[in-house]
Amino acid sequence: MGRLVYFSEVPKDRETSAMFAELAMPLFDQLYNFAHWLTQDRSEADDLVQETYSKALRGFSSFQPGTNFRAWIYRILRNTFLTSRTGLKATSVQVELDEAAESIAEAETPESIFIDQSQQQLLQKAIEALPLHYREVVLLCDVEEMPYKEIAETLSIPIGTVMSRLARARRDLRQALQVKLVRR
Amino acid sequence: MGDSFSMKIETYLDGELSAQEMQAMDAHLRGCASCSADAMAQLHMKRAVKLTGTRYSPSPELRAKVQRGITQEKPVFWQRWLSVPVFALLLIGLGLYVSQTAGSRNRIYSELTDLHVATLASANPVDVISTDRHTVKPWFQGKIPFTFNLPELNGSDFTLIGGRVAYLGQSPGAQLIYQIRKHQISVFIFQDKNLPGKLQLTSGKQLSFSTESWNSNGLSYFVIGDTSGDDIRRLGELLKSAAQS
Repeated sequence: MGRLVYFSEVPKDRETSAMFAELAMPLFDQLYNFAHWLTQDRSEADDLVQETYSKALRGFSSFQPGTNFRAWIYRILRNTFLTSRTGLKATSVQVELDEAAESIAEAETPESIFIDQSQQQLLQKAIEALPLHYREVVLLCDVEEMPYKEIAETLSIPIGTVMSRLARARRDLRQALQVKLVRR
Repeated sequence: MGDSFSMKIETYLDGELSAQEMQAMDAHLRGCASCSADAMAQLHMKRAVKLTGTRYSPSPELRAKVQRGITQEKPVFWQRWLSVPVFALLLIGLGLYVSQTAGSRNRIYSELTDLHVATLASANPVDVISTDRHTVKPWFQGKIPFTFNLPELNGSDFTLIGGRVAYLGQSPGAQLIYQIRKHQISVFIFQDKNLPGKLQLTSGKQLSFSTESWNSNGLSYFVIGDTSGDDIRRLGELLKSAAQS
């Protein structure tokens, strides 16, 4: 990314800025966390978040009051990332399965799974290693706790695709973790 | 394990089943050890992802930068050329002017309060003793360089006690003493041009005295007493009406 973003380029009045800040700033930590997971680099995450806020403020007039602001600004962040160098590189990795043909992955047959501290590090690496389309959906669902509908809106995909990607992402995580099965 | 249930465990844990399906799943999990263990495992995983996934925090600098970017207005023309030192000098000048003006005003209010208190403490608070405005007003002729009207008090609960010449900033003015119930009120009238500052149109408190001040026809009026603010305002209204007549 590396492009400096000048907010002063953004035409705005005091009322618009205040309204935007009221909606956008409470999401700052979450958006940053998500940006970091997408870029996997602190400096790029910084740039991505700044550019997202700048674009969102510039396009705030297109936001319909009463609709989902979180989905709106996450979509801006994601689209900004996808058009960045890192984002383009990430999306060039093919999603292995044809999503239309994807079915919800069969659940494994664990009696119980226990994830301890040492496995958290493995889990972090496993999330980082997920292809972008799976990584983002599992983060939006499990970290941001977005409902399927909001994820679909954010990623501009059907709810069915959200579900199939989620199932696939979780299956990959389980496999990568080599989850220990502990019978309770 | 019922296949139809096991396939829905993930959606169930995400809270995305319909209310009816959620109830059915709850009931099934209570009776199916296999699905129950599976659900527990997936729940652990979900929580672990949440825990692991919430790990990156923005720096305070980044937050401040973005916050500034949102709230800063686009600079207008005069802001662009106005350098910081010039702006600082202007601010200092403005601050000095405001503080000097406020200081002068406060000095006037303090002196008038002192005059009021001193008058009440005096054995001879007034030089002309009369409840008749047509006696009190002419008494000031030749003693002060201006004239004024006094209100007709019939029908009101105020009584004119008398008057005296008062000095403020070495300029003479009128001090009238009124009474309401057992409270004595001073009304000061001075020429605007002789005052070291300008009285504001205001109601307020000065050392717990109720006060009211205003300017009219080149004269400054200041009413002060230990009665209620409402009494002071009513007397002020009577004086304002008289001044207009």
